[in-house]
Amino acid sequence: MIQEVIGVGGMGSVYRARDLHFPSVVKLVAVKEMINRAPDPLVRKNIVQNFEREANILATLNHPSIPRIYDYFSEDNRSYLVLEFIHGKDLEALINETGGFLTEDRVLGWAIELCDVLSFLHSHKPDPIIFRDMKPSNVMVNPTDHIILVDFGIAKPFQVGQKGTMIGTEGYSPPEQYRGEAGPLADIYALGATVHHALSRRDPRLEPPFSFGERPLRKINPAISAELEAVIDTALQYNPDDRFHTAESMKEALVAAGRKTGLLSRTPSAMTAVQSTVGIKPLWAFQCEDEVRGTPLYHEGSVYIGSYDHNLYSLNAADGKLNWKYATDGGVVTRPAVFEGDIFIGSEDQRLHVVSARTGKVNWTYYTEGRVHSSPRIAEGHVFFGSDDQHLHAVNLLSGRAAWRFETAAPVRSTPFVAHDTVFAGCENGDFYCVDFRGEMKWHYKAKMAVTSSPCEANGVIYFASLDSSFYALDARAGWVIWRFRMGKGSIASPYTTEGMVFIGSADGNIYAIDTHTSKEVWRFKTEHQVSSSPVVYKDAVYCGSVDGNLYCIEAHTGRLRWKFTTKGPITGSPLVYDDIVYIGSNDHFLYTLLA
Amino acid sequence: MKSFFDRFRIKKSKPAVASDQLNVNTVPLSEKQLGIDTIHSRRIEPQQLIYGCGQSNGKQRDHNEDCLFVFSATTGGDANVAPLGLYIVADGMGGHQYGEVASSAAIRTMGNYLLKRFHTYLINPSEGMEEPLQEMMRAAITEAQRAVTQAAPGSGTTVTAALVLGQQMTIGHVGDSRAYALHTDGRVEALTRDHSLVKRLEELGQITPDEAAGHPQRNILYRAIGQGEVLEPDIFTLPFPQPGQLLICSDGLWGVIPDENMGKIVAAAPNLHEACQSLIAAANDAGGPDNITAILVQLIG
Repeated sequence: MIQEVIGVGGMGSVYRARDLHFPSVVKLVAVKEMINRAPDPLVRKNIVQNFEREANILATLNHPSIPRIYDYFSEDNRSYLVLEFIHGKDLEALINETGGFLTEDRVLGWAIELCDVLSFLHSHKPDPIIFRDMKPSNVMVNPTDHIILVDFGIAKPFQVGQKGTMIGTEGYSPPEQYRGEAGPLADIYALGATVHHALSRRDPRLEPPFSFGERPLRKINPAISAELEAVIDTALQYNPDDRFHTAESMKEALVAAGRKTGLLSRTPSAMTAVQSTVGIKPLWAFQCEDEVRGTPLYHEGSVYIGSYDHNLYSLNAADGKLNWKYATDGGVVTRPAVFEGDIFIGSEDQRLHVVSARTGKVNWTYYTEGRVHSSPRIAEGHVFFGSDDQHLHAVNLLSGRAAWRFETAAPVRSTPFVAHDTVFAGCENGDFYCVDFRGEMKWHYKAKMAVTSSPCEANGVIYFASLDSSFYALDARAGWVIWRFRMGKGSIASPYTTEGMVFIGSADGNIYAIDTHTSKEVWRFKTEHQVSSSPVVYKDAVYCGSVDGNLYCIEAHTGRLRWKFTTKGPITGSPLVYDDIVYIGSNDHFLYTLLA
Repeated sequence: MKSFFDRFRIKKSKPAVASDQLNVNTVPLSEKQLGIDTIHSRRIEPQQLIYGCGQSNGKQRDHNEDCLFVFSATTGGDANVAPLGLYIVADGMGGHQYGEVASSAAIRTMGNYLLKRFHTYLINPSEGMEEPLQEMMRAAITEAQRAVTQAAPGSGTTVTAALVLGQQMTIGHVGDSRAYALHTDGRVEALTRDHSLVKRLEELGQITPDEAAGHPQRNILYRAIGQGEVLEPDIFTLPFPQPGQLLICSDGLWGVIPDENMGKIVAAAPNLHEACQSLIAAANDAGGPDNITAILVQLIG
């Protein structure tokens, strides 16, 4: 007596039914219906014969993880299989229903049971039985948390082959299965894939085939033990010979991993996290009289750095000895620029100061009507910078006079970027401007909140962040948004772009690496506090400070931490890396130099 | 819907008008002189996207499951208006008549969705566009997915679309149709990555490119529009190849003609229309096992 449709597959339906041979008790069975769609009568007959042969084999199997087969029959173009009704849920449903990750001990238990049943099938005489279709939806988890393998390949012949371009979303099958070679090692791969999916919640059918290696388990779910990860990695090797050679040996490896992590024994884990904390010593450190919020400049053996103590310092890059200091009348939070022996620096005293690099004597100053938080940018005989007086200034380097002033709607604290005869800068009301060399606006874009971030450009695309939590990529010529990337919080930090990647810090504490073409996140690195420092890439590493007080050195391609250096105050300025040496200022008043 | 496209038809013919004018008798230039090389040596204003396209059933299929969509808009006179173009190739699959239903539904849906977005820009370019180009492309593909699922359930289609705006092109891609940058130095650079099982095996070093070319399962895709609930299209933005051309084609072309030959055929042709016809003829000469579609685009000025 058919009670309910419990599933619909590619070749027919599965029903729940009550076996009326036992009228006095409720015996539930599953009836699987397969519709024979082959147009050729000979092929149809062949399919039915194959089905009956395989049903016969399955009916003889006796294993707790394999449903019992009670009966089979064929009628017209339909064949039916009557089998044990399994209470519980399939693993795919379980993965999807679980809010977070499934626990390692639970998945480990299932994996061991799956090895058992595969081992049983593979050692079947006279011929091993290859399951061929291991995937979460074919694994039932019963109410006592044991697994039962369902949907044996018996239904396979009913799938009518398609001609021409076809679609396949296998996801769990190994490479060799597509060459028509499916041995016991194919089941091992698929088991690895199933466990990977269960632990990572990343459905392999939505990813490129055989891309498990690109999704290391512990990167997605750091709670997983390295031991289990290693076992799954072995099972998922492309080359069958590199996998476990039998389901039994995979089981042994799983058990060993479970013992080691303590998940399979009642004794508490003896594992202690050993983190190597190699003390990084600065080559030298220089103490200013107040916070160092700006970014240093290197020029001909000297390092120049401004401080909130109003001074611009010139230090000997080799030993950190003071060459000279130059006092402005306000805090200095900008990065100095250099041109023909002169150092340019903006100050909160509303002025741009031009000081001789050699002597520290002022050559000339230029007055704005607001504090200068924007760093000077020198190009084409002019210095460009913004001011809180709501203007973008272009000053002639020879005359020290304004070439033009471009009026903006709010203070400009973003450092202008100059390229292709145009100047780009953000503004505190969210406007982003593109101005030509005559001081006339070419285009402008409005972000929802302030753009304090200083833009950078590569291949005709300009990048900047906003306090509105977005990171923008705009067409540099016309200002269209090509893409935007959502960060957890806003950002006042500036991006750095190189080789198809752009790096940006955010107030959400992360340093993001984004692919410039696809706008996809390549990695993110979490710091303990907001990041307003701008990343710098040197060789293959990203250097970036955080308000948590650390300077981080992160592998540019992977986002893995190489080392960090802890200062006693928040870091808001950006590092400078020159000749294998990192220079970084901290709010603890020090400028530090470290080996890159 | 029809009247909406009619409005654009006037625009669409603009570049064609320009080349027609060059062909009238009063202009003493031969077809060859008007070719690609000539175009580079002359100053052309305004900047514009010119194109050619071609299509064939091939020699072994009795019907065509490929679709193509081409739209080029040029506005002269205002320095701030960049040329706009939308170029799409879709290769449908699914047996019976459903393949062509899928590919045409995808192309019409994407064309409609994206051109609506750009309608204001074309008429009044000073009104900026808020929506990021990549998000528009993603939304267009999502719309196409919905339309294909509705119009031809169970079928699927590839889509490779290039939205060109000024110097940048945003490409949306699902399946195994391809976009190439044809460089003037002869390099033929594939911009897209096939979502096919065989390509994946090749990327992993499991099979050689030669084995891939003759692989019995080379038609199996792991991503297609109309398939699966979650679709993850490849979307990316690159500078438009200049000098050079953009080629978008179905596997009926690239699966038959080696990449470098495609570059040679285009370089040898007097113009983009002829180049497309030569590409298609070459694929048919090589057996024409599948439907063939090609679009060539060039940014001049």
